[in-house]
Amino acid sequence: MMYHWISVPVLLPAILGAAMVLLMRNDLLLQRVFALVSTLGLLAVSIALLVAASNEGPEVYQLGDWPAPFGIVLVLDRLSAMMVTLTAVLAVAVLLYTIGSGWDTRGRHFHALFQFQLMGICGAFLTGDAFNLFVFFEVLLIASYGLMIHSGGRDRLRAGVQYVAFNLVGSSLFLFALASIYSITGTLNIADLAVKAAELPQGDAALFRVAAVMLMMVFAIKGALVPLQFWLPGTYSNAPGPVAALFAVMTKIGAYSVIRFGVIVLPTTHPVTGTLIADLMLPAALLTLIIGALGILGATTLSRLAAFAAVASMGTAFIAISAFTPASTAAALYYMVHSTLAGAALFLIADLVTYRRAHDGLHQSLPPIAQAGLISALFMVSAIATAGMPPLSGFIGKLLVLDALRDSAALVWSVILVTSLIIIVGFARAGSTLFWKAHASAPEGDGATHPAQALSFVAVGTLLAGLVALTVFAGPVIAWIEVTAASLFDPAAYIAANQLPEVK
Amino acid sequence: MEALVASAIGMMTAAGVYLMLRQRTFPVIVGLTLLTYAVNVFLFTSGRLATNMPAIYGEGAPGYSDPLPQALVLTAIVISFGMTAVIVMMALGAFLESGHDKVDMNDDDAPVDGGQK
Repeated sequence: MMYHWISVPVLLPAILGAAMVLLMRNDLLLQRVFALVSTLGLLAVSIALLVAASNEGPEVYQLGDWPAPFGIVLVLDRLSAMMVTLTAVLAVAVLLYTIGSGWDTRGRHFHALFQFQLMGICGAFLTGDAFNLFVFFEVLLIASYGLMIHSGGRDRLRAGVQYVAFNLVGSSLFLFALASIYSITGTLNIADLAVKAAELPQGDAALFRVAAVMLMMVFAIKGALVPLQFWLPGTYSNAPGPVAALFAVMTKIGAYSVIRFGVIVLPTTHPVTGTLIADLMLPAALLTLIIGALGILGATTLSRLAAFAAVASMGTAFIAISAFTPASTAAALYYMVHSTLAGAALFLIADLVTYRRAHDGLHQSLPPIAQAGLISALFMVSAIATAGMPPLSGFIGKLLVLDALRDSAALVWSVILVTSLIIIVGFARAGSTLFWKAHASAPEGDGATHPAQALSFVAVGTLLAGLVALTVFAGPVIAWIEVTAASLFDPAAYIAANQLPEVK
Repeated sequence: MEALVASAIGMMTAAGVYLMLRQRTFPVIVGLTLLTYAVNVFLFTSGRLATNMPAIYGEGAPGYSDPLPQALVLTAIVISFGMTAVIVMMALGAFLESGHDKVDMNDDDAPVDGGQK
């Protein structure tokens, strides 16, 4: 029984984040120590929750002891435990990088905002209530606004204004969708919605379809699905490197929500919505992948390249999600874990390069950077992983996606395979400009010097080691994820855990 | 009553969307504010319009107005107020740093080499 522990991933960062603002705002060392304690604690708790969720099935935490659907509940199941653990692993690596590279010295309140961001992300993964999901979205967004403009600068602030404006529209759309759903079903608890949405009165069918599509549009904005992706490249490429790496998990919240609502509340067998969501999502996901791949090929800076790699990875994930079968969902989940780690590693490597070079533009070669050998090796590993070449987990992930989508092979396979080639060419071009051609323009005398910042390399290494582990242990991981996907498609246990009252 | 509330929500949304598509930050922020007003009223009506009804159902009461949307609206108002304050501060910062308040990123003075962070 993990009952009270379910609230810890939300409460621990919330309390320590507030303590950092109130008690230690002038002491960076203390902030770093507490941030590490909090993040490592989050990792330990999330692993315990993961073990409990895999052994015991879904468990519900009633906030204030109010029963669902009247009170708000946190639901721990295999999917939410997996996503919280992924967040915690990413947070530890990003925090190590931030401390190692000194990013937290370039502005104030980095660590407090970081904790609030973790609180929002973990809350969004754990909550079992649709309106509470909106609230946790806002918590993570408002923290991300602060992190995004950390250390300031003209371009970063202007990209930040666009990012905030776009997300405000997204939040309004979310509220419109939730209000429509509440006016039809009279509930916002996800399990209760799954029960009530299955037996709608005939007159509400049109309104419910509109609400369902609006809800999915909100998640598509979060997940950067074309045509709602254009906030992502500007935001991610202008955000500080470690912040962009943490944002790698934010797009996954959109994908997670689509899986959660698409499978449990709006299954393809639903009498009103049917395959409406899936039919809209597949073409959008294919276009997302194509635009992401072209963006990688045409990127003018390394951080924009990493941002478009994030877009492309979301395209692949959404292609798998849009089939809404247990096999494709399992493929999407494996690919999401992989692309979170690979995307974050790429942003951190882009940051390493940017600080050793005059700028991170890709249109001209510059003299070699300090520690070029190590950084280029790291870049190569993460490029192989992101492009989906063997032997790393990107290859296994794409293989799973292709295998799950045999039915529509002609279209989907050709798009995924052709874009993979474009992505490989894009990465090869960027790598040769950054690391190979650099030697041609090397100046005489001493090379560039830059402090090595061992902790930064440890952080990138941790993420890449995670990718290697995901490859080596692919068998057990996929077996575990397949059980997770199967339990999503049989939501009886999830609904029963909410202990909804009998309707008389 | 329904027609009045519905047309008010519609007009506020339309005006909000129109202003949001402008090129300067100030109309964009005003448009976002109008949109959040519209969504707040919309959220309020999701419990159905009921006038002169108690919020808590009791014996002998003719009916009740749904209290849950009112709680949701309070949350939404607080959040949208906070978010608007954040975007005003960021827009102000961007205006002071760059000397103009255009929303798009493609200016003539944008650095061609991607810029140094």
